[in-house]
Amino acid sequence: MTYFADVVTLARKDLLLELRSRDTVPAMVLFVIAALVVFSFSVPADVEERASYGLLWIGLVFTALLGLTRAFAAEREQRVLDGLVLAPCDRSAIWLGKGIAVVAFLLLAEAVALPAFHLFFEPVGWELVAGVLLADVGLASVGALLAAMAAASRTRELLLPLLFLPLVIPVVVGGVGASLAEDPGRYLAFLGLYDAVFAILSWATFEYVVTE
Amino acid sequence: MWLAAAAATLLVAGLGLALFWIPEVEGDPAFPIFYLHVPVALTAYACFGWAAWKALRLLWTREGSYDLESYTAVHMGVIFAILTLVTGSIWAKYTWGQWWVWSSRQLVLFLVLFLFYSAYFMLRYSVEPGPRRANMAAVYALFGIVLLPVSFLAIRLAEDVIHPPPVVVTREGPQITDELMLVFVVCLAGMLALAAALYTNELAGKRLDGRLRELRESLQ
Amino acid sequence: MIRAEGLSRSFGTKRVLRGLDFEVAERDFLLVTGPNGSGKSTLLALCAGLLAPTGGSLDVSVERGELGYLAHEPLLYRELTALENLDLYGRLYRVPERRERIGMLLERLRLWDSRHERVGSFSRGMTQRLALCRALLHEPRLLLLDEPYAGLDDAGTALLDDELGGLAGERTFVVATHDPGRLDHVATERLALS
Repeated sequence: MTYFADVVTLARKDLLLELRSRDTVPAMVLFVIAALVVFSFSVPADVEERASYGLLWIGLVFTALLGLTRAFAAEREQRVLDGLVLAPCDRSAIWLGKGIAVVAFLLLAEAVALPAFHLFFEPVGWELVAGVLLADVGLASVGALLAAMAAASRTRELLLPLLFLPLVIPVVVGGVGASLAEDPGRYLAFLGLYDAVFAILSWATFEYVVTE
Repeated sequence: MWLAAAAATLLVAGLGLALFWIPEVEGDPAFPIFYLHVPVALTAYACFGWAAWKALRLLWTREGSYDLESYTAVHMGVIFAILTLVTGSIWAKYTWGQWWVWSSRQLVLFLVLFLFYSAYFMLRYSVEPGPRRANMAAVYALFGIVLLPVSFLAIRLAEDVIHPPPVVVTREGPQITDELMLVFVVCLAGMLALAAALYTNELAGKRLDGRLRELRESLQ
Repeated sequence: MIRAEGLSRSFGTKRVLRGLDFEVAERDFLLVTGPNGSGKSTLLALCAGLLAPTGGSLDVSVERGELGYLAHEPLLYRELTALENLDLYGRLYRVPERRERIGMLLERLRLWDSRHERVGSFSRGMTQRLALCRALLHEPRLLLLDEPYAGLDDAGTALLDDELGGLAGERTFVVATHDPGRLDHVATERLALS
């Protein structure tokens, strides 16, 4: 199917660009570690250890935000997005390719962040990992679409957090819940629901965000 | 015009009934706020839903005129959302002695929605007016209406771990008798009429502005 | 192929095009002229489908895959090589015998030796030539070129003359330029914007 071939082409392009410029992933990794360190200084000693999970999720959300801010940077700087939009492929393939790349970046950052968290703060169990994986899909889905919106605006990096944060509150709830609750299944199922709903919505509406 | 008159009548009637006709609820002297708070909240939902419908129409038909309608509806929705937060806060103060309670699902949901739709305006301000902005705003409005139930679900889930409800009980309120229901419906109708009146008024005003601008341009 | 009736485009309150009427038939060569800011680029972007009219109507009866667009910006990734850029577009445009076609274009436009270099290191003229490769890659029926001679040196200009000369009469062209003298001999229609 040419659709998936297009998606693969576009995702490969994004990964290749990152490999060449190496600016986003190292920044994300460094940022999430720095954030965790800052958190360790910002919470008083008598606060429950469980609060650390919340801090991890905040760190992850803002790391995602950092990565997303750069998501359409290359396309915007050289207006390449016009070139992609003009191509006969489905515009949603652009979203999917970009989303896959963002998930890849997040996974790389988390591969460092989660062990660090395990070391510095609290143990990382399978529920947390499952939650993180599910959350990545949700964050990348809405993030890729919102990043395209922000890229078309005047204020760009300023706008993206404003659009992104309210939308991902449910992801934080799902993630923190999965880490802390006795029954993580419910929260993981909720994250799955969020992913399904917003991925479909983003996939269906991306075309309208990049065309007139 | 008749909308505004209808709204005024319904609201005055509703509130009058709420304050004087319905017997007072024990232990909750501020209960009449219920007749203000819940209709206002429901009206806000209705406004956001209307905005999403207009947004869908815009994306479906590519007719630019829906953009103004969607925008005005969001504007109304935000006004009523602020009112919801205010009335809810007042009620919280009377019931629990605090201006804000994280355990109130309704309040927290409206806080999230308020943040979301405020960003809607930021989005509109940062993009040049035109078909692109209309498209983006419409997509965002659709995200909003989907976020509503998802957020509500999230907030309910959050209660178990993050924002547990107060141990002191439940704001059950009195039995819903026929009289209470009647007053409630009257207030709700009044609120919706008010929203509709404000909406048509603002829409007409904006359309006039647009027409004026077009005329000015064509004279240049 | 292209029909415009009362075509207008505004950006906010600034009206760039107002009430344009024109028609472009197959194999026409429309030369769009006008001073800076007269809306030449806007017109091309409208024809390409990147912008929508804010007034009037524009009908372009050509599919996206049959349209070649050369803008002010080259629409190329600076971090990728010339070959990688063309390969990307070649795949997206489903160009048959992609590698051969890319090779041929790079040769014709004297970029074959630089094919493994990052576009970011190209000179302005080379970038422009590569952008032209991109626009021609999928053998489009309709070519929209915005100031195609910009940034080209004499050699580059000669190459472009060859390409356009060869294709004029076979394909449909809409070319915006400052310097109409160059293309007067191939133009079949003219549109002057003010």
